[in-house]
Amino acid sequence: MKKEHYRQAFYMTLPVMTGYLFLGCAFGILFQEQGYGALWAALMSLTVYAGSLQFAAVSLFAAPFSPLSALLLALTVNVRHVFYGLSMLNKYEGNTLTKWYCVFGLSDETYSLLCTGETPKDADPARFRFFVTLFDQCYWILGSIAGALIGRYLPFSSEGIDFVMTALFLVIVIEQWEKTEDHRPAIGGFILSLICLFVFGADSFLIPSMAAILLFQYLLYRRDGRRNEASDSQTPLGCAETKSGAQTRKKGGAGTC
Amino acid sequence: MLTTSQSLILIAILAAVTFFTRAVPFLLFPDKDRMPPFVRYLGQALPYSIMAMLVVYCYRNVKITSVVFGAPEFICALVILVLHRWKHNLILSIAAGTLLYMALVQTVF
Repeated sequence: MKKEHYRQAFYMTLPVMTGYLFLGCAFGILFQEQGYGALWAALMSLTVYAGSLQFAAVSLFAAPFSPLSALLLALTVNVRHVFYGLSMLNKYEGNTLTKWYCVFGLSDETYSLLCTGETPKDADPARFRFFVTLFDQCYWILGSIAGALIGRYLPFSSEGIDFVMTALFLVIVIEQWEKTEDHRPAIGGFILSLICLFVFGADSFLIPSMAAILLFQYLLYRRDGRRNEASDSQTPLGCAETKSGAQTRKKGGAGTC
Repeated sequence: MLTTSQSLILIAILAAVTFFTRAVPFLLFPDKDRMPPFVRYLGQALPYSIMAMLVVYCYRNVKITSVVFGAPEFICALVILVLHRWKHNLILSIAAGTLLYMALVQTVF
């Protein structure tokens, strides 16, 4: 990988840097209030590395020791990550240490940067993804250490800075929208999540949403499959191989590539 | 506060479960060439649905029934949409949207 590619990876992670430094900082402050200093915050961010779980788990360190609640909390908060892996199967290949690090570091934000599968033309995609993942985690760790050390003394109000993640996700949705002809997965995902949000409430709508999306995509898949009966037999192996182009031109789903 | 070893055990559990949720698809389908066609299809179509879901997730705590009606959140989303369709500059759209949001929640609302 050329120097230029590191720069591109860095540029790509800039929005996440802003968000992670501040959110990490917020985590560091919270964790410190439970009596856990910078080293503990760093250890959490190094080994767990899951934003919303780390926030939710802070209270576990105050309550009586309960490994079972830790297990259940981690499962329910993070079960959405199964989805991320599912959609990265084609991209993360082989059995190398860097691949497994990329799997380990597949946070919401890293996923959102990498899920479109686009990497600079002449860069090695696997290495590029590795560095994006690594940079992101470094910001998170640095943020949480900073929060534990100096978080209280920030010279300005950072209220609302967490919107940077929402902004990042919005921009990615817009870019995805422009890159594909087939808007059914995006619209379906949006509407189904909204319905689940109203039915199940803010704290527990993610799991029903995921189930609904999975069912919805299965129906789409079946429909497209029937429509392209002839080409259905040839699995879209080519998609995975021709790195970025084919993944975005996905009209007709599994059958046509 | 918990003892050091209790804290370490908690962190180990959180880390193991998190890694497990991220790794489970790779453990279930280790061989790219023998992946069921539907799983292949998911690989292409899921990102679109998930990103839409994550946006809804970000808006989950917005109260559309009480006084500000989520105005700052929706105004900023609109600004980002227009700005991004116009300039197509990732950093610009995100920075403008976020700074506007901070200004709105700190001063107006």
